Amino acid sequence: MLKRTLMASVAVFTFAAGAGHAQTIGFSQIGSESGWRAAETTVTMQEAENRGIDLRFSDAQQRQENQIAALRSFIAQGVDAILLAPVVATGWDSVLEEAAEAEIPVVLLDRMVDSDPDLYLTAVGSDLVHEGRVAGEWLVEAVDGADCRVVELQGTTGSSPAIDRKNGFEQGIAGADNIEIVRSQTGDFTRTRGKEVMESFLQAENGGADICALYAHNDDMAVGAIQAIKEAGLNPGQDILVVSIDAVPDIFQALAAGEANATVELTPNMAGPAFDALEAYFADGTMPEKFIQTESRLYTQADDPAGEYEARKDLGY
Amino acid sequence: MTTVLRRVAPQLLTLVAVIMLVSIYFPSFWQIVYVNERLVGIPIDVIKRGAPVALLAIGMTLVIATRGIDLSVGAVMAICGASAAWSIDQGFGLWAALGIALVAGLICGLWNGLLVAVFDIQPIVATLILMVAGRGIAQLITGGTILTFDNDAFSYLGSGTLLGVPVPAVIWVLTGIGFGLLVRRTALGLLVESIGVNLRASTLTGINSRVLLIAVYMGSGFCAALAGIIATADIRGADANNAGLWLELDAILAVVIGGNSLLGGRFSILASILGAMIIQTINTGILLAGFPSEFNLVIKAVLVIIILVLQSPRVLPQLAYLWRGRRDRSQRPKQSQTSQQNAGTETKT
Amino acid sequence: MLLSTRDLTKTFPGTRALDAVSFDLKAGEVHALLGENGAGKSTLIKCLTGAYRRDSGDILFEGQPIFPQSTLEAQAIGIGTVYQEVNLLPNLTVAENLTLGHQPRRLGMIRSRAMNAQADEMLSGYGIDIDVRRTLDQYSVAVQQIVAIARAVHLSGRVLILDEPTASLDAREVQMLFDVVRDLRARGLGIIFISHFLDQVFEISDRLTILRNGRHIATCPAAEVDRMQLITLMLGHELQQETATRARPVADGKDAIRFSGVGRRGRIAPFDLTVHKGEVIGMAGLLGSGRTESAEVLFGAAPSDSGTVEDSDGPVDLRNPRAAIAAGFAFAPEDRKTDGIIAELSVRENIILALQARRGWSRPIPQAEQIRMADDYIARLDIRTPDAEKPVGLLSGGNQQKVILARWLATNPRFLILDEPTRGIDVGAHAEILRLIEDVVAQGMSILVISSELDELVAVSHRVIVVRDRQHVSQLTGEDVTTDTIVRAIAAPDLTPEATT
Repeated sequence: MLKRTLMASVAVFTFAAGAGHAQTIGFSQIGSESGWRAAETTVTMQEAENRGIDLRFSDAQQRQENQIAALRSFIAQGVDAILLAPVVATGWDSVLEEAAEAEIPVVLLDRMVDSDPDLYLTAVGSDLVHEGRVAGEWLVEAVDGADCRVVELQGTTGSSPAIDRKNGFEQGIAGADNIEIVRSQTGDFTRTRGKEVMESFLQAENGGADICALYAHNDDMAVGAIQAIKEAGLNPGQDILVVSIDAVPDIFQALAAGEANATVELTPNMAGPAFDALEAYFADGTMPEKFIQTESRLYTQADDPAGEYEARKDLGY
Repeated sequence: MTTVLRRVAPQLLTLVAVIMLVSIYFPSFWQIVYVNERLVGIPIDVIKRGAPVALLAIGMTLVIATRGIDLSVGAVMAICGASAAWSIDQGFGLWAALGIALVAGLICGLWNGLLVAVFDIQPIVATLILMVAGRGIAQLITGGTILTFDNDAFSYLGSGTLLGVPVPAVIWVLTGIGFGLLVRRTALGLLVESIGVNLRASTLTGINSRVLLIAVYMGSGFCAALAGIIATADIRGADANNAGLWLELDAILAVVIGGNSLLGGRFSILASILGAMIIQTINTGILLAGFPSEFNLVIKAVLVIIILVLQSPRVLPQLAYLWRGRRDRSQRPKQSQTSQQNAGTETKT
Repeated sequence: MLLSTRDLTKTFPGTRALDAVSFDLKAGEVHALLGENGAGKSTLIKCLTGAYRRDSGDILFEGQPIFPQSTLEAQAIGIGTVYQEVNLLPNLTVAENLTLGHQPRRLGMIRSRAMNAQADEMLSGYGIDIDVRRTLDQYSVAVQQIVAIARAVHLSGRVLILDEPTASLDAREVQMLFDVVRDLRARGLGIIFISHFLDQVFEISDRLTILRNGRHIATCPAAEVDRMQLITLMLGHELQQETATRARPVADGKDAIRFSGVGRRGRIAPFDLTVHKGEVIGMAGLLGSGRTESAEVLFGAAPSDSGTVEDSDGPVDLRNPRAAIAAGFAFAPEDRKTDGIIAELSVRENIILALQARRGWSRPIPQAEQIRMADDYIARLDIRTPDAEKPVGLLSGGNQQKVILARWLATNPRFLILDEPTRGIDVGAHAEILRLIEDVVAQGMSILVISSELDELVAVSHRVIVVRDRQHVSQLTGEDVTTDTIVRAIAAPDLTPEATT
């Protein structure tokens, strides 16, 4: 009798939480080392506000011990769930076990950990290879069988985004014999190097006349390269097609001006899918997939770039 | 003039050798065309892209001549670029932006100079402080983002041309000439060399070494500010994380390739600038050659080691001796022939 | 004999640092090695410890010839050295310092407890009670000296060389050190003691050896000489009645520079000095007595912290060398290499440097004028150099000194301070520099000459100031300017007060 009442009250409590009334969720963010990271924080807060979630935010300033301390404090506060963007992959076992004992579900954002998958509810992230593949597939479609010599601006040599986005793009164009990567150099993910390396590509490829398209591993390098193309007297977006990855605000300006052709979004909105999964879990105990891949959405000049720019410019990129 | 030529001869020869090496991979090295009111060609790319390192090398040469070193120049570039972008963003206009950026550079130099000259902190430590803290300051100014702006007058400094020549190249040439005249047409150069060789004796000779040291570090800050302005104008945005990153090392390398001793004393700004151009020719050559990115740093390192070994005090005199020896032989072919014949007959008998 | 040298000779380019020196050290004695700067003390020590290789002669250790190639080899033979600047590692523990290089080990690991025990044992008998596990820099210089001695004795055990060990110790610490030295003497070690504090030399030494200009001058039991004889031997002058016979300057006082009560705490006690136009003032005293310190106060290199300086136009600013130069002062320092020449710069640039510094950076001396000045001084001072563009560091000592004189003459100073202007200079240049002093004085310049060469001082000076124990103790004028009176004044503590006027 007593036992049944207790279970009932637990059910009522979970139902109340699932209904979204004053749900409390802790969010341990790595820090704000890049514009994308800052945007992720902003978007997460916006998403929480829209859903009426009480978000407890903690900035770890790139230190794992700060994150572990934040998680313990969330557990002590008895939050309903925890979002964790882990700074490193290892060393999370004990604190995740503590969360599991307290029956607080943990959702990983953007990066993975090496712990037992049973210790967290799910992980939300993007697939770097997939992003590259989307960019490649767009190019195949855009040139429509015409011969195309592509130059590639890689990310920092040896970094996983550089390796994966290169592989993904090569997979995307694998079927098209008309497309060929003729030059590939690192631009270190920066505007300055993107511009400098593009200048040398233009120089080496007959003043740019032999280049049909540019693929840049991130938008910043593409923005630099677009300036180099303009200074060489060519029209970026027409004489040379420009496709890149990330979808930061500045590339939308270039898209709006017709100087870039496409960008693949690495969405800062990891929290949205995470909240969706948590809602479903609280509502009826639905277990989500262990990895939720965010959409790598393609934006072109046709997707209202000016409007996208306005929507993104204040996210903190 | 001939003494200047003799001083920079090793650097000139090295530059020619590096250009020849690049030409192997890219035969049309010297092809320069005039399109859209601008000169286009590899040499033009080199003098444009080499601008930041050339500018930093000018200031660094003077600092190194005083037996110091300025590790902060890369970070100072970031601070000054950020200051300029912030001013443009605030709508202060071109001249205010330039003024604010240059003053920021001078203040950074003053800080370094005070630490070195007044507080007697070793230069490598004193400038390390700003090297580390400077990027943080720059990020505070930009608010952590790439602070972009749209101002054609300011962008002109990075990507414009004057009579077809890229403006950054014009800026470093003028700065080099300006600093060259400043140190050689006045007594500054002599006094700087003097405190670099023997600070104590120079002070006892009545040289105001403290003020001179501060001035030298401020000069380096000024050059870094110009480099920062160019880098910012070039990409129409201030990137606090990446602007001038590691360029202090390239600048020091340029000074060393320029044959200036890290122990202070005699210096040549022209030789340092040639050193900067040698480095940039290598950089551009690597990009043009189309090797995979993984090889970039290895190729650069190998070439730099070869250059420094050839210029080392042990090897250079022998090269000069061989060179002179060959010239002597070619001028007096008969004599050498007869001596050879003599040698031949001697061995026969 | 424990350790001997026979006809030990060592030459450096331009100088004969040791000239057939023979020297004996007995077991169980403290043997003081005396001489002014450049006498050859440190060269002798460096030959004994293997830091220098001798040109000729023998070193005998217990009668056997030895040929140490390094200080390590000398140590292994039995000769240990402790320098003024303790050359141990201040950030290691006392025990680590004591046992460095021969720590007790097991399986390649240092056994700390055994090491500390060994260190305690090494220090027993030295009368100091310290924790060997603490780092060396937590103890006073005196304790560090004793640790250094303990290490040297442990490693070598026969001969101990103490090179100016007391220079940075106070009186109590000196006694502490001397107790250790006496104890080691009783244990049968031969100890070579180098110091310029004559009181300490007399207190601790059994025998003395005096060197001068690389030559062995005398060896005698310490009890058989007095202070006066010792100084005479060191400076190389027989006591004699010799009077300076020069015309006195017209001391009308109008153009005089008056220093009153200038000095610097810890370096030189406040003193008064009036410098008349066209006057040569000599300054005599032993090494470390405060001569150079006086000069540095007068030139603003180590500015005075008391008193006033005035001339006929009012107060004179001597805050720093720059100010002093602006006031018409000039200073040729004792250590030419570190304080004088700018070695890499050319003869021409060195000559014009002081004048250029005074004109300021924005008013360069025209190239043609520089060349004319350089050629002029090269001819006038007979500077031996192939041309004015040769780096001054490549010239000989005498010519470097002439370049420095030229540098100051170019500024046309009214008061020129020369600190040991003739040290390490060959005889020809020596005479030329003295003649030069007479020339410029005749033109009205005032000069202060600091010198250990008393003949020289007597020959050029109108009056002589004697410095002892960082005080100006007496001033000799007129008939009193003789080597005899100077030596008496320098040696005063052993004499009746009549010498100090």
